[in-house]
Amino acid sequence: MEKNIGNKNLIKDIDSILEKYDFDNHNLLPILQETQSLIPNHYIPEEVAKYIALKLNTPTSKVYDVISFFSSLSDKPKGLHVIQLCKSAVCRLNKYQTVRDILERELGIKMGEISDDGLFSLEYTACFGACDISPAFRIDNRVYGNLTEDKIIEIINNYRRFNHG
Amino acid sequence: MDRTVKVISKNFKKYNVESIDEYIKLGGFSALKKAFDLGPKGIINELKISDLKGRGGAAFPTGKKWEQATKVPGDRKIIICNADEGEPATFKDRYLLEYDPFKVIEGMTIAGITFNANEGFIYIREEYKYLHDKFKKAIQLTKENNYLGQNILNTGFNFDITVFSGAGAYVCGESTALIESIEGKSGRPRLKLARTSEKGLYDLPTLANNIETLAAVATILEIGGEEYAKYGTKNSKGTKLISLCGNINKPGAYEVPFGITLKEIIYDIGGGVKNGNALKFLQLGGASGPIVPASMIDLKYCYNELNANGINIGSGAILVADETNKVVDFLKSVQDFFLHESCGKCTPCREGNRQITKIINRFVNDEASIEDLKTIEKFANVMKYASFCGLGKTAPTALLSAIKHFPIEFYQHIKTVRKTS
Ligand SMILES: Cc1cc2nc3c(=O)[nH]c(=O)nc-3n(C[C@H](O)[C@H](O)[C@H](O)COP(=O)(O)O)c2cc1C
Ligand code: SF4
Ligand code: FES
Repeated sequence: MEKNIGNKNLIKDIDSILEKYDFDNHNLLPILQETQSLIPNHYIPEEVAKYIALKLNTPTSKVYDVISFFSSLSDKPKGLHVIQLCKSAVCRLNKYQTVRDILERELGIKMGEISDDGLFSLEYTACFGACDISPAFRIDNRVYGNLTEDKIIEIINNYRRFNHG
Repeated sequence: MDRTVKVISKNFKKYNVESIDEYIKLGGFSALKKAFDLGPKGIINELKISDLKGRGGAAFPTGKKWEQATKVPGDRKIIICNADEGEPATFKDRYLLEYDPFKVIEGMTIAGITFNANEGFIYIREEYKYLHDKFKKAIQLTKENNYLGQNILNTGFNFDITVFSGAGAYVCGESTALIESIEGKSGRPRLKLARTSEKGLYDLPTLANNIETLAAVATILEIGGEEYAKYGTKNSKGTKLISLCGNINKPGAYEVPFGITLKEIIYDIGGGVKNGNALKFLQLGGASGPIVPASMIDLKYCYNELNANGINIGSGAILVADETNKVVDFLKSVQDFFLHESCGKCTPCREGNRQITKIINRFVNDEASIEDLKTIEKFANVMKYASFCGLGKTAPTALLSAIKHFPIEFYQHIKTVRKTS
């Protein structure tokens, strides 16, 4: 099992998370959240899910029940940065569609896709409580609001610059 | 004239939340000290005088809830602060986390004293991740200053708070689903055979309240129940944090006294509808709340007058939609939300949301038939009465209110009208 994960440091880090939570399967949610935050592409690979299930002495299906239930957990890799655009009521009133079109044009991808350089994935999300600065998106854990065309382009370029040195 | 009040929100943006000294200078922790003097009975008495009702949506009187809870025996009990705030158009709880974390900690500790619990959890939605560490820091500072932790203020009382991160599921705001997710399961609501106050987290007696309720408790003990009850109306005493947003000039979280009219909220506080457009409708209480046509904005914002008109205050969200919005388009965004958030446990909600979404899409695309209108209304009523939890029961609220207030908008998108005569 350990062999499948390959990355020794990752296993060590997962072990210390498991230890912190006393190998107690009641703590499955924070264990999965903290594990996912260690993995660059915002997901929990199958080997990792199986490894955690084994260490917690819990069925793999239970681990997947939790991963698939919560929208902040994923079993599929995403881009290095995940752009989540809100399409709930307030952002609809404030024309999230305009923001979507600018994002799709700037990144050259459609909603639900990952950019060719692997830097961004683009997805919809439900309201994340930034309706006072709607329209809004989240990039990873950061919230950006009152979005205008110039602002969106600037934000995207900042991420690009940061990642390409 | 500024129609807002600063009671629960009096500290917002008034101090640096990384400095507990600044909070203390503003009168912080005086409520906690009073709570120790008053004891559970005295605290509950103040809450009853204040007439505080739960701010998590159900509006159950907090004094009564706490009084019933104190009767539950047990050596190990739990306090939960619900900061899951998943209701679309709602963000006032975020302001509490962001601008007055110590007050929330104080309120939770007072709940601990009342319920004789030594462990507290604050469940903060994952979407507010950037606030989790800030809140942990506030907990740490409070402990270092002996307002939290072991032997608080040398009273012999111990209380500690753990921050628990949600993971992106609206249904987890429902108390039993929230508890399931802390226990490491997917967050589907539980069949309630016993009250949460008797059998909650890990089957231990658990007292769960909304974060605004707990902040209001701290405020009430600080200024006194009688003083708090001076705000508002005879039947809806006190104040409420609202999330004002949508097509409005000054969106934001504000505190208002009950009894202010919706019109005053929109025009005096919110600066009116954006771009000089006319108001078309409001949605109160978030996605699970009803649509209120512009003709009703002289209503007073208070439990009685709104309830009498079939409207709930709910989360305190007030969404403003202008004349350029089509009702069916708006309903689509509400419907997409519930389709995504239904946990799938019970059939009325799982299937009802699926079918209603399909039909709403036909209205949006001008492809609906007259039967569709009858069918969605029927499905909506089944969901309302037969769903397992509050999510499914309230998901069709907006739809049903829209059919009532804007029937013509539905007819405009009907392509085939079969003659019935
Ligand atoms: C689907 C659903 C979502 C809910 N979401 C929240 C929420 O985000 N925050 C909250 O405080 N209460 C929420 N509630 C209400 C809680 O179940 C509970 O009634 C409330 O937290 C009790 O606190 P109170 O007495 O202080 O109002 C939700 C209920 C349902 C059915
Ligand atoms: S009403 Fe909806 S959210 Fe509630 S239990 Fe049923 S399927 Fe789940
Ligand atoms: S509706 Fe988009 S952030 Fe709330």
